[in-house]
Amino acid sequence: MDDIYRENILDHYKNPRNFGKLKNPTASFSLYNSACGDKIEIQLKMKNEKLKIIEDIRFSGEGCAISMASASMLTEKVMRKNIHEIKKLNTQDILDMLGITLTPTRLKCALLPLEVLQKAINS
Amino acid sequence: MLNVSKIREDFPILKRLINGKPLVYLDNAATTQKPQAVIDALVDYYSNHNANIHRGIHTLAEEATAMYEKARERVAKFIGAKGAQEIIFVRNATEAINLVAYSWGRAFLKKGDEIILSESEHHSNLIPWQLVAKEKGVNLRFIPINAEGYLDLKEYKRLLSTKTKLVSIVHISNVLGTINPVAKIGKMAHEVGALFLIDGAQSVPRMPIKVEDLECDFLAVSAHKMLGPTGIGFLYGKKHLLEEMPPFMGGGDMIREVYLDHSLWNGLPYKFEAGTPNIADTIGLGAAVDYLEKLGMENIFKHEKMLTEYALSRLSELSYPSTPLGAGLRIYGPKTTENKTGVISFSIKGIHPHDVAQILDKEGIAIRSGFHCAMPLHQKLKIPATCRASFYIYNTKDEIDKLMEGILKAKKIFKI
Ligand SMILES: Cc1ncc(COP(=O)(O)O)c(C=O)c1O
Repeated sequence: MDDIYRENILDHYKNPRNFGKLKNPTASFSLYNSACGDKIEIQLKMKNEKLKIIEDIRFSGEGCAISMASASMLTEKVMRKNIHEIKKLNTQDILDMLGITLTPTRLKCALLPLEVLQKAINS
Repeated sequence: MLNVSKIREDFPILKRLINGKPLVYLDNAATTQKPQAVIDALVDYYSNHNANIHRGIHTLAEEATAMYEKARERVAKFIGAKGAQEIIFVRNATEAINLVAYSWGRAFLKKGDEIILSESEHHSNLIPWQLVAKEKGVNLRFIPINAEGYLDLKEYKRLLSTKTKLVSIVHISNVLGTINPVAKIGKMAHEVGALFLIDGAQSVPRMPIKVEDLECDFLAVSAHKMLGPTGIGFLYGKKHLLEEMPPFMGGGDMIREVYLDHSLWNGLPYKFEAGTPNIADTIGLGAAVDYLEKLGMENIFKHEKMLTEYALSRLSELSYPSTPLGAGLRIYGPKTTENKTGVISFSIKGIHPHDVAQILDKEGIAIRSGFHCAMPLHQKLKIPATCRASFYIYNTKDEIDKLMEGILKAKKIFKI
């Protein structure tokens, strides 16, 4: 808890990677957390119809430092990955990626981007 | 004036340390803490008087019934009702509003009728009406709010017509702290023959309320926001209106005579209290009312105004670029306490309210972040999630200074 606002989290929050929209996305999904007002949209471009590799990805929306940093890091993590790998990502992977521990309420913020991404893939 | 240091001794939870720091509890609009007197009332009931009420003739049943009904009388007196029959115990303000929507709404509303609400309602004074409106073909109309959160009474006047059957309005906004001119709104409703419901969830805890003065036909209140236990609240309704309304739920206690094919309803208030009620918490509510009356609602109102004024002035140190501490903090709703009390919502540029709340929590300071169950208001004023600090009888100026320090700390962590 002490250092959830670490340098790298704040850096991703202030300078989000892959932030914005794609011209011709193959898939997209957005979710809104009405309790806290976090809103995240993820757009994907898939390469190689068979292997289903993510060629490009963007996220947009607004939220707290945790959800925004999680989205930003996640887009970096899954770039050029196969979607079968992405489907397997779970809570622990996100916590490892962020490198922090979170209370149950804040965990929801951290997991929102993964949920959006996995729904985008299935859409 | 309140003797705050003495009051603080009555609240065991205020001795708690949160993350090693003394608790600074500024989430009173969500729920208030409980004084020892209320906790004792619960323990005493369960330890010495526990029994089901209105049925048994043994000693405990008589005692429990008397204590439960005594609480009703206290509540009735507290809000200036004509009699205890006008007080219906429910779970919370939400259930009180639902009771009116389901009982009165279903019995008396017809297709094409109109209900007037405002854009600043808590979801609990919106969704029940949406449900009834859909079922009965009734139209909902909304009094617009301006940027300060004030209701546009000119537009309200325009909305009123013979089609208006009910006006239901929040007295004090749980987001902006705006005090709405309910007596005037009620008078205008009555002029077209409509009924008037006040959502008193935030006002009854923090100002003197006499239903007669407010032109109010129904009043919805939660005990947990006024020192009482959770799981208990009440609906005030004018006797003749409650008498005309059909029961809300069926079961024991609400009937007089029961046959297999029909029944005769019990009188007020029992017609609306089916089944074994929340006896212990009702008695706890009675103790809370006693506690508040001893302090005096006028004194409580003054104390909160003083705190709100102080918090507004401290927070505005962060609102203008010209101030030494820099800009970035925005206060929503009225900026003075002329028509505002108890609640301040704000945001800090560059830091999400969740992050502010988290950093404050590390300092032992509890505030709320989010939409505060009033999404339409946030949409109308185009405000994202906000931070909300809300005060009560045990808060001090010193705690507001701590809030300021916490905010500066958050700005430091986020380098803004
Ligand atoms: C203005 C207002 N109305 C109604 C409610 C609903 O209260 P409860 O959840 O206790 O039913 C609240 C509580 O947040 C409120 O602030």
